[in-house]
Amino acid sequence: MIPTAAVEATSDSAPTGFAWRRDGLQWNSVEVEWRKVINWGGLCALGLVFIALSGMLVGLDGRPVLQRYFSLGYLAMVWLPLLLGQAVNNEVVREGIAGRPRGAGDLLAGATVGGLGGLGLGALILGIANFDLRDPLVNWSPQLLALLGFNQGNTFGFVVWILLGAALGMLGASLHLMGPDLRRLVGIVVGTVLFVAIFETIIVDLAKGFRLVFVTDFLYGLRGGLLAEGVVALAVVAGAAAVLGQGRIKEAKASLAALEGTERKWANAILLVVAAALLVIVPQFTGKITNELLANVGIFLLLALGLNIVVGLAGILDLGYVAFFAVGGYATAVLTSPRSNFLPAVCDTFLWFECEPASLPWALALVVVVIVAALTGLFIGAPVIRMRGDYLAIVTLGFGEIIRLLFLSDWLTGFFGGAQGVTNIPPADFGLFEVAGIDPRSVFYLVLFFCGVAIYISWRLERSRIGRAWMAIREDESVAEAMGINTVNMKLMAFVVGAILASFGGAIFAAKVGSIFPSSFLILVSIIILVVVIVGGIGNIPGVILGAVVLIGVLGGPKQPGLLQEFSQYKLLIYGALLIWMMLKRPEGLLPNARRTRELHQDEFLQDAWLKGEVDLDDDDPTGGRPAAEGTVPMETTPGDSASGEVAPA
Amino acid sequence: MAEHETPVDPSDATNPGPANRGEDPVALLEFRGVNTHYGAVHILKDVDLAIYPGELVCLLGGNASGKSTTLKTLLGMVTPTTGDVVLDGEVVNDKSTSYRVERGVTMVPENRRLFKRLSVKENLELGAYLRNDKAGINEDLDRIYTMFPRVKERLSQKAGTLSGGEQQMVAMGRALMSRPRVLLMDEPSMGLAPALVQTNFELIQQIHSEGVAIFMVEQNANMALSIADRGWVLQTGKVVLDDTADALLANEQLRSAYLGH
Repeated sequence: MIPTAAVEATSDSAPTGFAWRRDGLQWNSVEVEWRKVINWGGLCALGLVFIALSGMLVGLDGRPVLQRYFSLGYLAMVWLPLLLGQAVNNEVVREGIAGRPRGAGDLLAGATVGGLGGLGLGALILGIANFDLRDPLVNWSPQLLALLGFNQGNTFGFVVWILLGAALGMLGASLHLMGPDLRRLVGIVVGTVLFVAIFETIIVDLAKGFRLVFVTDFLYGLRGGLLAEGVVALAVVAGAAAVLGQGRIKEAKASLAALEGTERKWANAILLVVAAALLVIVPQFTGKITNELLANVGIFLLLALGLNIVVGLAGILDLGYVAFFAVGGYATAVLTSPRSNFLPAVCDTFLWFECEPASLPWALALVVVVIVAALTGLFIGAPVIRMRGDYLAIVTLGFGEIIRLLFLSDWLTGFFGGAQGVTNIPPADFGLFEVAGIDPRSVFYLVLFFCGVAIYISWRLERSRIGRAWMAIREDESVAEAMGINTVNMKLMAFVVGAILASFGGAIFAAKVGSIFPSSFLILVSIIILVVVIVGGIGNIPGVILGAVVLIGVLGGPKQPGLLQEFSQYKLLIYGALLIWMMLKRPEGLLPNARRTRELHQDEFLQDAWLKGEVDLDDDDPTGGRPAAEGTVPMETTPGDSASGEVAPA
Repeated sequence: MAEHETPVDPSDATNPGPANRGEDPVALLEFRGVNTHYGAVHILKDVDLAIYPGELVCLLGGNASGKSTTLKTLLGMVTPTTGDVVLDGEVVNDKSTSYRVERGVTMVPENRRLFKRLSVKENLELGAYLRNDKAGINEDLDRIYTMFPRVKERLSQKAGTLSGGEQQMVAMGRALMSRPRVLLMDEPSMGLAPALVQTNFELIQQIHSEGVAIFMVEQNANMALSIADRGWVLQTGKVVLDDTADALLANEQLRSAYLGH
């Protein structure tokens, strides 16, 4: 039994005062693993050349971050040497083994990595100046050359990039030399300034709503990047907040975690109510851009929650989830749009009497939509769920496309309008208020309601007998069947619940955009919803919410712009990079499900547990190393019995 | 380990072997001339088996002799091409696995196969999936905690992080949660260290002593026969031997084939 409290107290160095500097700096130690550093330098060079040739430098140069001095295009470049300069010096802290002494060696390594990166860009400058490769590489252009040379000529650019890269790498490395408090301060200040600079549009929009335009006027002047005085002011405010607020959040969290029983429940309920109230009240003040964004996030969250049930709980990898979104959207469209020829076509084809185009109210149509979606779920699910793993994924992928192609087909043009789609979908009318695409605030409220419903359903299902059966199927289908679980029915049910949630999303989408086309339901939508679920954390509702906010809100949906509108051209590139990074570094997602974390890091957990004496790693021989038989390990000792407190293994 | 006790005492009332079946020998679970095919391949060939209430029987056989298929057919995951699977006198060929589990047939799968990412408690509760009597479930949970005190200490732990021996206990407990009348055990000694195999067989005997019939499929013939009442030997889908455990242990043919001496 290790006295954990004591260990923590000693490792938390000097609770009073500010830890400006890392202890154990040794300036004379210049140990550098050159092989590793050169590899990372190469990586840095490749990354920089890739970013430059992807067109970000040229494309984003028109968007200043810091007025007159610095554009988003350059920002898209300089972060890399900084980050790699820091990362090259990262070291796994191994228990019982002293870490490498920090000092000049770190700076040297960082500078080399950054300098090599700069050298890569220098080589690119030489290349563009001397060869013409515009044919395969569209961004191999004179503009790029000019920007790479800072409009000062090629030689200047060559030298400056190497020096700049080295300086940035050294800066990144210097983070290792700072004490934890200083590092935190630097992080908060730089993070705040960058955040305010990059998210200018949304901050201006919010400021308008909250009547704080004087603040944004001070920060951005006539818009288009931060002003220098804005940066200084922001840094001062953020720094002050960081110093004053240090430890406050931690304390609040700890005091919340310390609550127990009913008190804890109350605290949670209050937090939930506050969050809900904020979600209801804040959109009243925010502008159109923000609300539009929130509505988009909500629609994709709804879809992601549905897919989370199918993939996260029941373990069915559905790559054609967009099919149910399309069915929901089209069913709503043909039932509510007066311009849709669906009803007359149905009467004409299947019935003996004629009928006129009709327009159902949205709420009534929704009932039909849910039924249609559930039937589609059954219809697609029935053949699909008999397959497992990869085969199932491929077949769902196929069905996703089939549904879209059916809506597009000439054969069904009479019903669904073919490529022309269905137009003139009226707003959803609820008597007291109306939800229309031109009023994103109302759309957001509607989406919020359905997201609440979906979250409640997911939450309840996860804890129900059905949820447990789904998890059992996900873990081991054959054994689940042997336990008496009707796996076919259960998997179908997951499919249908997922389909219904997606159809809600489709119905809201139809009312929001007013006209829908087959091209709104590309396979890309399925992929992006899946990425939202994976990045957020499969099987975890808060994780899925975070995933939707980060991916759809910040980067943007398949056709919806996000906060980083400037990057919309590179959205898929960033999605892909993010996904790869996640799979390497954080396979359990941003906000992981505890269960998945355990699975993916099981070795480490076992190690930890073993170190704490909770688990025997030598599971084969419980009686071998110990004199006593299993089950007699003294977990608890009687109060008076002090001698047998610790039993050393014989 | 030292004492090699006599496997089964037929007169022992807690071990009702075939001799104690009484007047009405209705088999709990029975194969009547069962043939199964995987596609065109003939697996089980005219197999006849009968498991009576409260018995401990074993099915021996080497690799690819059809042992697992027998279990799957008993549980309803494979349907016989001809012949009948009979449960309590009722032909259940086209009845689902759930139907059979509800009526007291439960399997402990080979290699434990717990739901690794679920907690121990959830694993146990999944064993009682088809039951709705909350009080009875809690009662059975308590019974399992007394039987396996170590399991109780690990209820909230993920099943995949348990040691091999503990996983075996959870697997047994999970099977018992359905209140089985017959427990089908697929290779209970598979993948366990020798010391644990011994513990495991003791566990099986303990469960058996509570009146649960046990049908054990094993490669470890020595160990299985030392606790079983009767046994069958399966060879390429055919029952080649069908006798009491003692007779099988004495059988020259079996000795040379499986017992290795």
